Amino acid sequence: MKAPPFAYARAESVADALALLAEAGDEAKLLAGGQSLLPLLVHRVVRPTHLVDIDGLDELGGSTRDARGLVLGALTRHAELERAQLEGRERLLSLAAAQVGHVPIRFRGTLGGSVAHADPAAELPVALLALDAEIVARSSSGERTIPARNFFLGPFTTALAPDEAVVAVVVPESARRGTAAFAEFAPRAGDFALASVGVAALVEDGRTSGVRIVLGAIEATPVRATVAEDLLEGEALAVAAIAEAAHVAARDCDPIEDPSTSATYRRALVRHLVRDALRTLRGADA
Amino acid sequence: MSSGRWIAADDRVEVEVRLNGEAATLEATPRWMLADAIRAHGLTGTHLGCEDGVCGACTVLLDGDPVRSCLVLALRAAGSRVDTVESLGTPDALHPVQEALRAARGLQCGFCTPGFAVLGAWLREHEPDADAERVREVVSSNLCRCTGYQPILEAFGR
Repeated sequence: MKAPPFAYARAESVADALALLAEAGDEAKLLAGGQSLLPLLVHRVVRPTHLVDIDGLDELGGSTRDARGLVLGALTRHAELERAQLEGRERLLSLAAAQVGHVPIRFRGTLGGSVAHADPAAELPVALLALDAEIVARSSSGERTIPARNFFLGPFTTALAPDEAVVAVVVPESARRGTAAFAEFAPRAGDFALASVGVAALVEDGRTSGVRIVLGAIEATPVRATVAEDLLEGEALAVAAIAEAAHVAARDCDPIEDPSTSATYRRALVRHLVRDALRTLRGADA
Repeated sequence: MSSGRWIAADDRVEVEVRLNGEAATLEATPRWMLADAIRAHGLTGTHLGCEDGVCGACTVLLDGDPVRSCLVLALRAAGSRVDTVESLGTPDALHPVQEALRAARGLQCGFCTPGFAVLGAWLREHEPDADAERVREVVSSNLCRCTGYQPILEAFGR
């Protein structure tokens, strides 16, 4: 189908975009790479009256390191993350980005767009939760920083106010150390994941700490498997410990059901994917 | 109240692009996708299959990157380079990837072929040493309902 009619303006700066958003009323949306929003338009799932195009804004691109850590502009493309030279647990961003859609999608889709869209099956929110990352949101009255764990509220629902835009994501400095792994299952390459798992930890002298096990496409938002994480804290990643953590993560999650995928099936995927990701984590450390 | 910067939904505006190496003026309303505007301009080699980003038949290069032209607003392409399948070769002088698709029988009905050709030309130029796994990943982004993909993989591997 073709998209429904809307008015369009290309923003010249973030401040300009926020002003345009404000004057356009309640049914306006920001447009970045468009790889999620435009399909929703052509299916007429959403019908914004106005689109404010921020896709070309230089001030939202690029990345820097400052006292907070790695600061990634909202318009960082998945393809850029995929190829970025990241260190330690930060590599989870590359691993997750490489699983988003297909090659051409990843040249257009953006980190900020994925975060703001908050699809329960999206990969990058899983990585952000596992890295204790923060989302920087800006409105005409200023900026605020929202921890990823408080940002995702439900399917396609976030803590963003209607007058706010995601301008950056901050990954804490501590993520430059440690190891990470990402695993997902989709029926075909590039499809939406039926389940995904991001794991990250520090491993020193064979003992893990700061363990994060995050499940995507399982509940309404990405969720941490906290009981499974605690099982591994301070432990060696032995075969039995990995199996137990995978079992507990699968037992404790509350999977969504859809007409093609039962909760039982998703739970089985969690068990396998957590095990696979932790095995990879162990291998990456060795 | 209004900044006067909005292009109204039914306004048909000019979009200046660099199309296949030459300056061109596309026309579009805000809801037109780049694929619509390219085809309305007369370049009908870019095919629209699904129109929602799944099939890849509409793949073009936008500022050198392969994109779904059904998932890029035409107005967004203003000031950009756009390269379509028409930039690749002629019936008498096929682009190497077109020749490889022909030689490997990497097409039957031909509907998806422009997208694969653009994708393959991009891969050949930017990742000439892509291994079999990478070629497979790139090919997985487009749909072909005739060949079963093996001939396309073979063509891309040449």
